[in-house]
Amino acid sequence: MKDLFWHLVGIATGLKILLIPAYHSTDFEVHRNWLAITHSLPLNQWYVDATSEWTLDYPPFFAYFEWLLSQVAKYVDPRMLVVDNLNYESKATVYFQRLSVIATDLVYVLGVRSCLGSLGLARDTQQFFAGSMLLLLNVGLLFVDHIHFQYNGLLFGILLLSIGSLIRQRFLWSAFAFAVLLNFKHIFLYMAPAFGVYLLRFYCLEQASVVSAVGAVVKLLVVGLTPFAVSFGPFWKQLPQVLSRLFPFKRGLTHAYWAPNFWALYNAADKVAAGVLKVQDGGASTTSGLVQEVRHSVLPAITPPVTFALTALFMLPILVKLFRSPKKQSPLVFLRAVVLCGCSSFVFGWHVHEKAILMVLLPLCLLSLVNRDDARYAYVLGIAGYFSLFPLLFDADLYIPRYSLYMSYVAMMYGQLYRIFPGFRGFHTLEWLYMLGFLAIPLYEHLLSFLLHLDQRLPFLPLLLTSVYSALGVLYFFGAYYLYALGISWGKVAIASSTSAAAVKRKRKTK
Amino acid sequence: MRSEILASAFLGLAVRSIISLYSYSGFDSPPMHGDYEAQRHWQEITVNLAVGEWYTNSSNNDLQYWGLDYPPLTAYHSYLVGRIGASIDPRFVELHKSRGFESKEHKRFMRATVVSADVLIYLPAILLLAYSLDKTFRSDDKLFLFTLVAAYPGQTLIDNGHFQYNNISLGFAAVAIAAILRRRFYAAAFLFTLALNYKQMELYHSLPFFAFLLGECVSQKSFGSFVAQLSRIAAVVLTTFAILWLPWLGSLQAALQVLHRLFPVARGVFEDKVANVWCAVNVVWKLKKHISNDQMALVCIACTLIASLPTNVLLFRRRTNVGFLLALFNTSLAFFLFSFQVHEKTILLAALPALFLLKCWPNEMILFLEVTVFSMLPLLARDELLVPAVVATVAFHLIFKCFDSKSKLSNEYLLKYIEPISHILMISIVVASLTVPAPTKYPDLWPLIISVTSCGHFLLFFLWGNVQQFSSKLS
Repeated sequence: MKDLFWHLVGIATGLKILLIPAYHSTDFEVHRNWLAITHSLPLNQWYVDATSEWTLDYPPFFAYFEWLLSQVAKYVDPRMLVVDNLNYESKATVYFQRLSVIATDLVYVLGVRSCLGSLGLARDTQQFFAGSMLLLLNVGLLFVDHIHFQYNGLLFGILLLSIGSLIRQRFLWSAFAFAVLLNFKHIFLYMAPAFGVYLLRFYCLEQASVVSAVGAVVKLLVVGLTPFAVSFGPFWKQLPQVLSRLFPFKRGLTHAYWAPNFWALYNAADKVAAGVLKVQDGGASTTSGLVQEVRHSVLPAITPPVTFALTALFMLPILVKLFRSPKKQSPLVFLRAVVLCGCSSFVFGWHVHEKAILMVLLPLCLLSLVNRDDARYAYVLGIAGYFSLFPLLFDADLYIPRYSLYMSYVAMMYGQLYRIFPGFRGFHTLEWLYMLGFLAIPLYEHLLSFLLHLDQRLPFLPLLLTSVYSALGVLYFFGAYYLYALGISWGKVAIASSTSAAAVKRKRKTK
Repeated sequence: MRSEILASAFLGLAVRSIISLYSYSGFDSPPMHGDYEAQRHWQEITVNLAVGEWYTNSSNNDLQYWGLDYPPLTAYHSYLVGRIGASIDPRFVELHKSRGFESKEHKRFMRATVVSADVLIYLPAILLLAYSLDKTFRSDDKLFLFTLVAAYPGQTLIDNGHFQYNNISLGFAAVAIAAILRRRFYAAAFLFTLALNYKQMELYHSLPFFAFLLGECVSQKSFGSFVAQLSRIAAVVLTTFAILWLPWLGSLQAALQVLHRLFPVARGVFEDKVANVWCAVNVVWKLKKHISNDQMALVCIACTLIASLPTNVLLFRRRTNVGFLLALFNTSLAFFLFSFQVHEKTILLAALPALFLLKCWPNEMILFLEVTVFSMLPLLARDELLVPAVVATVAFHLIFKCFDSKSKLSNEYLLKYIEPISHILMISIVVASLTVPAPTKYPDLWPLIISVTSCGHFLLFFLWGNVQQFSSKLS
């Protein structure tokens, strides 16, 4: 097999360019506004300006990045850089912003290549090809970045570079890249515990003497804090203002569309209980999509500290496991810790967006290449996780593209995993039954709801179904994969499959 | 393997639905609009008028305004689609008043009808043909073939972008080819008749079908079985025709009127710049000054038949599977290069066999397929489809390269030199046409250069195809 990495990069880029005229969400206007703010206003106004409702709420590196883009944008169409020019979207603006996402995906491409290399996969192997395919043509990124509109490619690129450096034992580079990433988008803080524990255990505490251990800590702190100094330095006088923009706790427990997590089930349970007990709904309904705040009628109200406590609590076991794992296995456990930290925060976090599932799905792609069981879990979550992104693409013109891209990716994923792990089996019976439900939801949304005349009466039911049903899958994955990662098996199944995996590995070698 | 086929199928569907987001032929350009309006107008006519009036000029059916000029199966299809459209919104097909109707919902509806044809006919058809090829050759190329055929940008850009339903006629033709490969001759005759009755351009494929089936009849052991088989095939074809043409068979005049609509001699030897011989000759020797239209039609028919004779005679005598595909390729190229009233889009008929010949001559055919898209660029550029055309073609090439490890390296010197030259030539023409404006004296300079360059390629490929068929060791 040839090294087809750059071929795939080309094909992916082609697909992205084809998507340029597709519907884009308000995030397009958000980023146009940030271009305008950073270009037209002095630094001390960036985090103050409120001309548009889409105020700057990413950390300063991302603002600098927008400023950099605006230096090119002024030659393309200077009118997009006017702060008052709300909802401006000339053809040139669309092309410029779309192409800027495609161009900065180069960072992602480099991150993918670095990570696949760090896992010890040779470039002419099936694993390398599969990994390139799953990551470069990732349907989640296509949905969120190239249709909905965001710059996740850039951010996950930096994350992958950081992961790659860490696995290659270039600890300081890894810490530096991760610190830079945090200054682009602070949501990655949720993954910081995995990085912190790993660096502490396998970099600082691995040193021969106490002195060199202290030296390592100092080096780590210097490397890790420098990006913060550079980033927040210019804003030190207005730090509280900046931070209030970055952490807006006034938003509710769940987003307008419930991300498929624990709170989606909690909200749904509250609805059901309210219906059963005939409790009057206190004001605006949670599913109307108009309000940000959720008021529970029966179940106790949830405050931010509760969500943080739960998130931290659920991160703890895998972090302990990571701390105690032998050095040889540590990269694998680290990747699982990244996945599970991301998943803990997704499941229990405050005001989680559905897009955040990418923080779980993308690192899982790496794990699925090297281990048969991880691959199985990755596949299960892939089905539910990518499906849960559909509400982002609600434009009627996107129905066929979204389903066909999704189906193509899921089928391709199965094909590639089957090639890597001969005899790969996706699901067992119960999981199969669950997966069939994903056929029923579109069937209801596009056909049954009209036949039953429920589309006017319950317009948000398809969203609710998508959210709650995907949440079941996400929680199932979370539980099952957590136990697996901790080495707690439900029986002999895990052992049997891992020995068969080893047998297959031996077989491949003799080939 | 099956999951990968599924992945390719859905990727093909995804690309089609994404191309559907782009503009279409004649968007927002009254009074005549383009092919999109033509198809909508046919729905309007077929839904509102009695069957007998579809092809005749009347106060309700102005044939000067996109009069129906495709065979009955297209008309029935328009009727079916028109009825569905009318149930969504009657304004889509209101007689007279709906002319030039455009709206977001209507575009979505029209695009969906093309994608449905892709899902129901074209994609299954090419999948069947890919499987049939593997079965007859006992090989395992179906993933490679199916992926490339599904990703071929030419058909997608014309059908889902520009707006046509080539996928239906090409789909029927593909199933007919598969039937020939599986030696199901009656099915082949039936399906090809359907294709021919959807678009008369399927005549480009007709001679090889005729030669192959006739050869099969002649090779029967006894005269009796020869007559029996011939009459059975003839019966299949004639019955199919009769059923489809039933509404117009009442009078000779009505049938002739339909025929007259299908072959409009008056429209001249070519309309826009097209990559065939006549358009190229016209550059140095103005045809219209020297030859009348009717004479020209005869010259075209003669040249086309002469050019397609050798390959079909050979097929008649030596009926192999590769030979059949090659004959389809050669004949459709002969028709494209020499016949009367050729459109740029009809190169898709030559592209269909070429896509499946990728199996035997991957490097040659991929170049040919790229040239076919190149030859349609002026048309696509008018519909604002230049960016997707270029991007999809590059992606097509890369997808091919992903499978390339399988294909044998070509050791033909001819191709070794021609391929890089062609690529450089095409790329520089595209770049130049975008950067250098055409002189005011020759506003059509770039389309003409593209046509002539493509024509040169097609001539070379026509010769190559004939040489391959006569010297073929594969068949």
